[in-house]
Amino acid sequence: MKMRSSPMRGPSSPGVLPQAEKELREAFLTEAARIPGGELLNRCIQCGTCSGSCPVTYAMDYSPRQVIAMFRAGAIEPLLRSRTIWICASCYSCTTRCPADIKITDLLYALKRIAIEKKIFPRRFPVYVLSETFTDMVRRHGRNHETGLLLRFFLKTRPFKLLSMAKDGLALWWHGRMPFKPRKIRGLEGLRRIIAKAETFDRPQEPVEHDNLTDTVGYSAIMEPWGRRAADHENGRRPPRRRLATVL
Amino acid sequence: MPYTYYPGCSLHATGVSYDKSMRAVFGKLGLGLEELDDWNCCGATSYMSVKETVAFAITARNLALAEKNGGGDLVAPCSACYALLNKTRKFLGEAPALRADVAEALAEDDLECRLSVPVRHPLEVLMNDVGTERLAAAQTRSIADFRPACYYGCQILRPQRAMDDDPEVPMAMEDLFAALGAEPVDYPPRTRCCGGMLMATAEEVAVKLCEELIGWAQERDANCIVTVCPLCQGNLDILGRRAELVGGGRPIPVLYFTQLLGLALGCTRRELGIQHGLIPLTVEARPLPVEPAAVGMEA
Repeated sequence: MKMRSSPMRGPSSPGVLPQAEKELREAFLTEAARIPGGELLNRCIQCGTCSGSCPVTYAMDYSPRQVIAMFRAGAIEPLLRSRTIWICASCYSCTTRCPADIKITDLLYALKRIAIEKKIFPRRFPVYVLSETFTDMVRRHGRNHETGLLLRFFLKTRPFKLLSMAKDGLALWWHGRMPFKPRKIRGLEGLRRIIAKAETFDRPQEPVEHDNLTDTVGYSAIMEPWGRRAADHENGRRPPRRRLATVL
Repeated sequence: MPYTYYPGCSLHATGVSYDKSMRAVFGKLGLGLEELDDWNCCGATSYMSVKETVAFAITARNLALAEKNGGGDLVAPCSACYALLNKTRKFLGEAPALRADVAEALAEDDLECRLSVPVRHPLEVLMNDVGTERLAAAQTRSIADFRPACYYGCQILRPQRAMDDDPEVPMAMEDLFAALGAEPVDYPPRTRCCGGMLMATAEEVAVKLCEELIGWAQERDANCIVTVCPLCQGNLDILGRRAELVGGGRPIPVLYFTQLLGLALGCTRRELGIQHGLIPLTVEARPLPVEPAAVGMEA
């Protein structure tokens, strides 16, 4: 059997991280260092308060506590491939309750940014497309135009979903809550200069090829019918996960 | 000094009734409310997961504009805007490297962010700067028929709390509406998450969270849910119409706290934007004084 460097199977020799994992660790620690109090990550006592407080742990593959445990075990790559980082709804329950003051939500943001930077998710992955459409919207108008954001988002990810959403959308429009025209700010040029300058401080985004990427990475994995992923498992690609329906 | 008002993008679209009721209530109470000139999007939760420094820089532009205008405290009704603006203040204050980067970016537009203007939530402003006593004194209509389930959601309590009370069991809205004669129900999931933008990206998860929130309100026989956040209001209002979620019960209208407060202060339903709600509000505010129900029973 071909030896794989996946940390899930353990490092090639004890205490030694594969090169790819070393780079991810470096990237994560750089991101964490920019968060005030990011170093408190070291104080985690694995009490599980975060996982117990999170309202969406049930839909995650790794609970917030496990995220930190896996970071310590040198397994960041599976975290970047997990749906955990995309499922987080930013409710900050974990962060406010953590007895060690670890900013778990912000650390998950950091993991998201690295996943985006390394392009570890399917191209039309919903959370990424939403974020990307959102940032584009701000660059264009200076404000977020909700109607345009949702239309563009669903057209890019699940165009047929628009049909089933039409009823809600029309109801919102009928009640005067879906204006068609975006409003631009006057200082758009200045805002764009600010964005352009600030972008130079963020980590560079260079595409990295990941040959074993499939569309079942990340959140969309739980939407897939069982059969397809079971087949993937037989092909040695990935362990089967429970469907969301069975989790619910 | 008038408050500087930061409506945020939602209040110009799905949350238009929050904008209307904010202006109506502040107007009724004689509190100055001046919209921040040429504000931009706060970035919400989406920007932070793509580009961190940019997210902080665009939020800081608003803080810088508020300082430049020399206005009063910045009031942000949308929970996401409130949380983001405050998070930016906190992070820039604590991380000198980040602050230097953001300052350099802002300098491109001749702006400077000194973090001198506090960011506040209107609920906290009304509770602390006005107080329940003055609000009760200004009351002109009875809201005794309302049994609100007061729902605070996430982001005005976490990561930085807006209210002085317990972030796990906030009681500000309960105190407010009880003082105005309404009957707030006990609502245990008051600080739970509605799913937020998961409604667009992972609908099943948001639906489950909202189902629980609506279920609790039904169980406690609430006749409206009162929120402080346009995203919570939107999610609960849209999902609350779905028959499978309501489970045979009646859909519960979802109001902004400023709308219910405005009804008590004598604002009209149109001023408060009640007509923008998808689930119609059937409970009415009645003229003061109210005859106690017990008297009617005896007669």
